[in-house]
Amino acid sequence: AGGGGGPAVRDGAPPPTTPERVLFPPTFSVSEIKNKQRRHFMFLRWKQQQRKEKLANKRKRRKEREALGDKAPPKAIPKTIENQRVYDETTVDPNDEEVAFDEATDEFAPYFNRQTVPKILITTSDRPRGRTVRFCEQLSTVIPNSHVYYRRGLALKRIIPQCIARDFTDLIVINEDRKIPNGLVLSHLPDGPTAHFRMSSVRLRKEIKRKGKEPTEHVPEVILNNFTTRLGHSVGRMLACLFPHDPQFIGRQVATFHNQRDYIFFRFHRYIFKSEKKVGIQELGPRFTLKLRSLQKGTFDSKFGEYEWIHKRREMDTSRRKFHL
Amino acid sequence: VIWDTLGNRQFCSYKITTKTQNFCRNEYNLTGLCNRSSCPLANSQYATVREEKGRCYLYMKTIERAAFPRRLWERVLLSKNYEKALEEIDENLIYWPRFLRHKCKQRFTKITQYLIRIRKLTLKRQRKLVPLRRKIERREKRREEKALIAAQLDNAIEKELLERLKQDTYGDIYNFPIHAFDKALQQQEAESESESDTEKEEDDEEDVDKREFVEAEDSDLSDFEDMDKLETSSEEEQEEEEEVEKKASRSKAKGKTPLKGPARRKRPYIEIEYEKETEPATKTKAA
Repeated sequence: AGGGGGPAVRDGAPPPTTPERVLFPPTFSVSEIKNKQRRHFMFLRWKQQQRKEKLANKRKRRKEREALGDKAPPKAIPKTIENQRVYDETTVDPNDEEVAFDEATDEFAPYFNRQTVPKILITTSDRPRGRTVRFCEQLSTVIPNSHVYYRRGLALKRIIPQCIARDFTDLIVINEDRKIPNGLVLSHLPDGPTAHFRMSSVRLRKEIKRKGKEPTEHVPEVILNNFTTRLGHSVGRMLACLFPHDPQFIGRQVATFHNQRDYIFFRFHRYIFKSEKKVGIQELGPRFTLKLRSLQKGTFDSKFGEYEWIHKRREMDTSRRKFHL
Repeated sequence: VIWDTLGNRQFCSYKITTKTQNFCRNEYNLTGLCNRSSCPLANSQYATVREEKGRCYLYMKTIERAAFPRRLWERVLLSKNYEKALEEIDENLIYWPRFLRHKCKQRFTKITQYLIRIRKLTLKRQRKLVPLRRKIERREKRREEKALIAAQLDNAIEKELLERLKQDTYGDIYNFPIHAFDKALQQQEAESESESDTEKEEDDEEDVDKREFVEAEDSDLSDFEDMDKLETSSEEEQEEEEEVEKKASRSKAKGKTPLKGPARRKRPYIEIEYEKETEPATKTKAA
């Protein structure tokens, strides 16, 4: 194969062959040329050919479509990862009774029945650095009825009973690594589940390009997007538990948790309805993305806890189209 | 002899030299420095304290066993009790040079102290270091970026908000419902027998709006809420009559000072009267 490419130096097309002899073996490909320069050249030429063919095909198809006019077949839907997602059997059907029954009796039921008002404790890992501290403060302005406490080397297992005694409903621990926050542990307190997230791309308020002001004290609305599976549903409810039930619409603030391909994006906006069909949003407040690492049944207990779900890389990251939330 | 050759002059593989001091890497060394008195090779009578798995041992070397390297170092287990162990060292090293005894006891003290600290630390919370895997981190980052692009967050949020508006979760705050009203009206027209009813309803509606418009002009500082409602309604009315540019300018004003009192809102409100004639003027004022 290399010999064929040798003397016929810059000729893409094989020399015209007589029907008896075949100069190139049928499996000749551009990648078999040993000379890098020539190989590269041949590859570019092949690429150009492909592009030309593609354009020609496109034009042909467009012409056909125009020619057919109304009778043209509908345009093909492009394949996206969301389209091709592997069907997850735990996807929640909105009318599912079993799920509704579960939700009426799980740990969040008191919240959703309006029996408890959320009260949140935000803390960090040991020795938080400036960025984490500022992030905690901003987070506490976003979540109403939340308090930030410094963690001075206290063990979580000892904090938790104290928190329960003081009527806290949720505990958020922001883990820090090399001066940036990179993890979030969210624990629903009266023996609720504990979710451990990995946090990334944290943007503080001054880093967001916007000209808005600080969030006011009004209770924001909550938007939870795209939590489809059973696991996603429980995580979504957990996140919704952080916010008080009755949003104050005067404040026009909305906190969004949007799940896309297992990444939960958090944004905090102020909206204004310009008309019935148009709304303007202005971002204020911090933003971050979360990825669920594990969901544990009781309160925080890494050794003896019963895990409902752990992200196992080997098993779960095998397919690009498979998502769990 | 040994010291003259190895220790001071020629090469000793246990010796480490630094700018200020010489250290001895030999595991049986008592002080850790490379001295004539602390070199286990150069001294035929030597003793050390070493610890293994939390227990301390006293190692002794005497000249009688110099010919048997395998039995050279004699090992004695020291008691866990600190005072008793010191006494045992004294017993075993009786009649030995003062230097060795003293240094052995010092070393033993230091060892017990750090063992105590180890035990205390293991009871406290330990930080577990989890190694990052570069390839996985890169992959996750890339996937997150792609997910962010695919999410189209702004659009999603806007859609959700509009949905909620349509489903009337906001109640009476936003007096948009003119379109919804129109739809409902059309439905009613289709259903109901007489048209006069609908006409009357429309008239009423217009009257109501007009009335609101007029009232708000007169009233200076009525209730804030009423002001809001009136303003939004009249604003919306105007917006529907005229088109986009005004919306943009006023919404910018609203966005900048979202919750300042009625005074702010009153200014564009009054300008509405003259809107049709002097649009560019309002734009500059509002912006």
